[in-house]
Amino acid sequence: MAKRIDVSGLTAYYGAHRAIEDISMTVEPRSVTAFIGPSGCGKSTFLRTLNRMHEVTPGGRVEGKVLLDDEDLYGTGVDPVAVRRTIGMVFQRPNPFPTMSIFDNVAAGLRLNGSYKKSELNDVVEKSLKGANLWNEVKDRLNKPGSGLSGGQQQRLCIARAIAVEPQVLLMDEPCSALDPISTLAIEDLIGELKERFTIVIVTHNMQQAARVSDRTAFFNLSAVGQPGRLIEIDDTERIFSNPSVQATEDYISGRFG
Amino acid sequence: MSTAPLTDKRPSTLRGASLPKWSPWAIAAGSVALAVGIGLAAALDSKVQWGLIAALLFVFGTYGIAARVEGRRQAKDRVATSLVWVCFIVAVVPLASLIWETVKRGVKAFDLYFLSHSMGVVADNEPGGGIYHALLGTLEQVGIATLISVPIGVLTAIYLVEYGRGKLARAVTFFVDVMTGVPSIVAGLFILSFWILILDMGYSGFAGALALSILMMPVVVRSTEEMLKLVPNELREASLALGVPKWRTIIKVVLPTSIGGITTGVMLAVARITGETAPVLLLVWGTNFINNNPFSGPQASLPLYIYRQYSAGTEVAYDRAWAAALALIAFVMILNLAARGIARWKAPKTGR
Ligand SMILES: Nc1ncnc2c1ncn2[C@@H]1O[C@H](COP(=O)(O)OP(=O)(O)OP(=O)(O)O)[C@@H](O)[C@H]1O
Ligand SMILES: [Mg+2]
Repeated sequence: MAKRIDVSGLTAYYGAHRAIEDISMTVEPRSVTAFIGPSGCGKSTFLRTLNRMHEVTPGGRVEGKVLLDDEDLYGTGVDPVAVRRTIGMVFQRPNPFPTMSIFDNVAAGLRLNGSYKKSELNDVVEKSLKGANLWNEVKDRLNKPGSGLSGGQQQRLCIARAIAVEPQVLLMDEPCSALDPISTLAIEDLIGELKERFTIVIVTHNMQQAARVSDRTAFFNLSAVGQPGRLIEIDDTERIFSNPSVQATEDYISGRFG
Repeated sequence: MSTAPLTDKRPSTLRGASLPKWSPWAIAAGSVALAVGIGLAAALDSKVQWGLIAALLFVFGTYGIAARVEGRRQAKDRVATSLVWVCFIVAVVPLASLIWETVKRGVKAFDLYFLSHSMGVVADNEPGGGIYHALLGTLEQVGIATLISVPIGVLTAIYLVEYGRGKLARAVTFFVDVMTGVPSIVAGLFILSFWILILDMGYSGFAGALALSILMMPVVVRSTEEMLKLVPNELREASLALGVPKWRTIIKVVLPTSIGGITTGVMLAVARITGETAPVLLLVWGTNFINNNPFSGPQASLPLYIYRQYSAGTEVAYDRAWAAALALIAFVMILNLAARGIARWKAPKTGR
């Protein structure tokens, strides 16, 4: 199910502002790729170009190619809605739908797409909540509102919601930045399990987290404020953290940045 | 006042002298008493003047006392608070007295008979009769106006918030703003010239409803727009990222999240047009008989009924006018309560 992503020569704009420039990389299937880099270097922007969420922002524009198993996401006739069904996303801040119960939140993707069998729905919700390590905590109150959960539970609910539609790639933008260490650990464990089935890309500011969960790590940087962000290097996580090939990477990782 | 403790005698810099909790009430009572005294002494016969003097005394008194005891910063704080209270009272007094007056005069003729009978066979100077025909007319006209303007208004707001970019959106916003300022008589004249004079359709409740919907639409657009803007973008993005098309995102996520506020806005718009008299006068014409059909022939309406009874000038007609006013206020009040109920019921749920 998991698919490979090939990015080549990708540049993204916000109106006239060029946020990232000329990024090329390969994201391997069934692996975790971590994006690290200083604030404002375009990690979120790049992540959002991978499932065509970037163009949702007014003025958002993309040049270049993103191949998902040889199919260009930005090719003519490609439906962004179909792309987003294939490539799911988890956001930095947990954002369950406030009008919906826990059950409905998880079922939202299927229900709103209108493509589901009633009999399957219960199974899918249970499977997704189990997949997100949340089932035991919420199984007795599936009909209560999702916003009544703790922050960490809400984030896992959002992960359950994202995996319920069975995407092939899962993009996560700092999924643990609002969470306590224990919830963070729960989500890191979860990422380890999910990579058996999905291709996962995660943005994080936490070096240890990148080192713990990812197989490959990409380091982004920008030469000066106002300049577009660039990919400095991408390599196996072990190499990046032990023996990176670029000096800037080592400086950033060892905290000698800026 | 001169015996108040001084701040610098205190050993702690974090604690200063403070007025007791009841002091605002004491100052208020004092300024009212003083104002009554001044009013009597100067033989001012307008109670409004008494009230103004009391308000001024209250604000300045608060500042003076607080500045002596607590210091200038706290005094300013208290003045701001007391100004808010004064404004609140200034706003509430006319409202309360209006309701009081209407209830007092309205109950005389207000009963079940009044609600269930028309003026068909009752002359202006005879007792009896009722508002059934007017209530019916108001319900139908307002109902039709709501049916016309809510879908158009809500869709326009959705366009402006979710899709609108560039020239067209700016033009729509501009025209909505202009429409907000259209006086009701102008809306009435517009429909009169268009519907009755050019298309030659004749007076009817429907013609009135058309004019009312012109008045209602911009209010619905504005309030719906504000409510849609309150929906966090994260929810839209969460839905889009699940592969949900934009239109479904709007229907299934954005609208349910804001439905409480939208309903409140619609109810307020309804309340606003319910009391409109001018367009109804021009277009519905008014009648003393029951006319169920809003599409043909003159109908009555509550504001029009009040106007006619009042101009009839007899004692019983006055009573009827006040009772009808009471019915109108009650109608609007019930709508508002319903709106609050719906807003609370539909509000995004929190808690476990
Ligand atoms: N909605 C937007 N409109 C205009 N410019 C934006 C927008 N979002 C981001 N940018 C700009 O794009 C650049 C990259 O931002 P981005 O959010 O991708 O950074 P980031 O690497 O994710 O930072 P952080 O680690 O702080 O989340 C920044 O210069 C930012 O100012
Ligand atoms: Mg970011």
